[in-house]
Amino acid sequence: METLMSVIIGVLFAIGVYLLLAKSLLRIILGTSIIAHGTHLLIITMGGLKSGAPALLGKKAAAFTDPLPQALILTAIVINFALTAFLLVLAYRAYLTLGTDNMEQLRSSKNE
Amino acid sequence: MSELHLTTLMPFVYTLVVPFFYKYIRRIHTGWFVLPLPILLFVYLIKHISLVARGKPIIHSVPWIPSLGINYTINIDGLALIFGLIISGIGALVVLYSIYYLSKDREALQNFYVYLLLFMGAMLAVVFSDNIIVLYLFWELTSISSFLLIAYWYQRKSSRYGAQKALLITMFGGFLMLGGFLLLANVTGTFSIGEMILQAGKIKEHPVFLPAMLLILLGAFTKSAQFPFHIWLPDAMEAPTPISAYLHSATMVKAGIYLIARFTPIFGGNMAWFWAVSGIGLFTLFWGAFSAIRQRDLKAVLAYSTVSQLGMITCLLGLGSVAMYYGPGESSALYTSAILAAIFHLLNHSTFKGCLFMVVGIIDHQTGTRDIRRLGGLMNLMPVTFTLAVIGSFSMAGLPPFNGFLSKEMFFTSVLNASHLDIFHMETWGIMFPVIAWTASVFTFIYCMIIVFKTFTGKYHPQKLERKINEASWGLLLPPALLALLVVLFFFFPNVLARYLLIPAMASVLPDFGKTGFVVDPIEAWHGWTPELLMTIGIVAIGTLMFVYLRKWISIYARLPVQFSLNNMYDQLLVKTEAFSARLTRAYMTGFVRDYLLYIFAFFVVVLGGIMLFLDTFAYDPAANNPISIYEIILALAMVVCALMVLFARTRLVAIIGVGVMGYLVAMFFVVFRAPDLALTQLVVETVTTVLFLLCFYFLPELKEEAGSIGLRATNLAVAAGVGVIVTAMALSAQGNRLFAPISWFFENSYELAGAKNIVNAILVDFRGFDTMFEILVFSIAGLGVYTLIKLLTRRDQE
Repeated sequence: METLMSVIIGVLFAIGVYLLLAKSLLRIILGTSIIAHGTHLLIITMGGLKSGAPALLGKKAAAFTDPLPQALILTAIVINFALTAFLLVLAYRAYLTLGTDNMEQLRSSKNE
Repeated sequence: MSELHLTTLMPFVYTLVVPFFYKYIRRIHTGWFVLPLPILLFVYLIKHISLVARGKPIIHSVPWIPSLGINYTINIDGLALIFGLIISGIGALVVLYSIYYLSKDREALQNFYVYLLLFMGAMLAVVFSDNIIVLYLFWELTSISSFLLIAYWYQRKSSRYGAQKALLITMFGGFLMLGGFLLLANVTGTFSIGEMILQAGKIKEHPVFLPAMLLILLGAFTKSAQFPFHIWLPDAMEAPTPISAYLHSATMVKAGIYLIARFTPIFGGNMAWFWAVSGIGLFTLFWGAFSAIRQRDLKAVLAYSTVSQLGMITCLLGLGSVAMYYGPGESSALYTSAILAAIFHLLNHSTFKGCLFMVVGIIDHQTGTRDIRRLGGLMNLMPVTFTLAVIGSFSMAGLPPFNGFLSKEMFFTSVLNASHLDIFHMETWGIMFPVIAWTASVFTFIYCMIIVFKTFTGKYHPQKLERKINEASWGLLLPPALLALLVVLFFFFPNVLARYLLIPAMASVLPDFGKTGFVVDPIEAWHGWTPELLMTIGIVAIGTLMFVYLRKWISIYARLPVQFSLNNMYDQLLVKTEAFSARLTRAYMTGFVRDYLLYIFAFFVVVLGGIMLFLDTFAYDPAANNPISIYEIILALAMVVCALMVLFARTRLVAIIGVGVMGYLVAMFFVVFRAPDLALTQLVVETVTTVLFLLCFYFLPELKEEAGSIGLRATNLAVAAGVGVIVTAMALSAQGNRLFAPISWFFENSYELAGAKNIVNAILVDFRGFDTMFEILVFSIAGLGVYTLIKLLTRRDQE
């Protein structure tokens, strides 16, 4: 299971990075989203998978899954949401102001 | 903190107060408030003379970074004490002189005195410190304060140029010296010079002996302006004259000599050391004297003469190191005297050169020029200054009855002794030493005569000068007069000096010899008709002739090719380096975000991949895997399909739906992995994100085919694939490598500790509550950003 997950995470990262290197602003945002998904899965995979019951004490299970990665991911999901929202609005704003979403045309002409 | 530490650090404390004196008490020259400090330091150090002369070094240590073995250890032995006395003594005279030299109404005195005190403190710390790291630190601080002082009149382009040159060259050497220090520390396991000297035998047999020696020597040569690094010193003459007298002739430039003397017990007796030190010294002696004659600026003459005299002291230290080869005893007495001569000349040079610099400063101050071509016939107008100039110059030329005569004779004795050496290939090259030394001394004699006679005799040209000439005020004359007095006193009582200062200093340069006692002949002016005396007479005769017919042969200087001069090479190097780095920077700072991201990811791949490959940290253990069910395989396949869909999407909608589906798939994975909280959060967040995407994409343009060459895409693909592989490898290794026991068991007490049955929630709101709070903060900032970006837009639209 872990091996399969590792491979999937690698694929997600590769696709995410490829999108990140693109010129279109929307593709870049999509790339960050995919990398974020990959990261979440990476963290939970590193903690070990399916090794016990959900981390709820009421369940009286013999073993629980590792709660620490879950807490980290919970934070990461929310932060990632904030980041995506900000990036989207930034792209929207940049497009309205400058009329392009192409990264190569978004360069300033100064300081070169 | 011992009393000694406090005293030597006093200049630094004083720097904090000086600006207030300048700011609030403008009527009185700030220098008067500074003056007591060097005087007190001088008196304080004089108290230690008798103790040190009895062979009792004074050592106090204050731990600084004990875990690294770096302690601020003060060690006052003979060598350090001589330097300490020069630093504080000349320092006091220079401060007194500067009070009359720098106008309190026009000059930024607070800067001047703060830099000066900074230098004084740093220089004292350099010579007193036993720890090489502390020494290095203060060594660089002297370079920095020298930089600040050269650029004191920073409005002038030449001042800035000189300051930069001095800083670049001395810091270049300083870094190399640090490298040498670290090599030595690596071999000996200590940062203390004293302990290194005890392990000198071990260092001599170690392969790093030669590199460490060369690195440290480069530090010393750059600081002490030895050929070919001497070019910074003439340009440093842009500093105010009191500074030239203090830093650039009496103290800072002697730091390199101090370093050579200090490390002689470790490196001495070795052929490479002998040739590097005495050879470079000898050539510098010649080249400095030769170059001094062509100068038109009196200060430039003095600068080259300082280069030359420093070369002479360096050469003497090199010759004296031969004694280490023979070891203590009768046979080495011939060479230990070279060390005595070096230290004696060091002291003499500080007196007569300090005096001469102040005299030149007076001429500059009174006439408004230092150009020899505009000066002449000042003897009757400035009789006291003339007398002082004669004393200083004749001492430098090596004439009696001045101290320079004694040390010059001792120098000749040393080179004559060296020519009889039969080790280190000296049997073939030995004769070179007296010949070059003698030739250089002829040139020395000539430029000394130029200083005196071109300035003070000949025709007086009032039309070339801007103001009327008067004798200087007593405040300007007193400091050089005191130095001139010492010049004469040292000539008549050299053996008192030798007993209390010079021989204790010798004992620190040659510690093995100090235990058995030195065989030192008393220093005398008259030895009978010795070869040394004949050499001096020859110098005077030939030198006078050449001075008289200077016009006939001075044209040879014009024939020296300019483009091969060291200054030209330095300038070219600077220009080329700047052009090269500008080109390099332009080559990779393209301004495209894509390129920068590419560098970051490529770096990530190379570093992490390299670590996994070469440190063998990749571990894969399939046995620890949990079983896979069919649902999970389907989820995984769906995930990959969605990701590819996003990658190849031609319309915005497909891409956004793809990412949305991926989010839900992640949520389902969380369900499988028994993380109910994550699954819930992910579902909610993904829904909102998709809505956001859909809202925004309405305003964004349609996705276009990514234009770009195949090469560009191939690079992107390679880097992306590389990142994917590395991340997979990392994830697999994380399974295989368990370095520490997990800390997650701690949270299983969450019910007792936090009253929560949901452990994940307990971590978020209780154990790591602050993290969550800051997360909310980040969220709010993002929200504000979103709000502002939208609001700003509407307002502008309205306008």
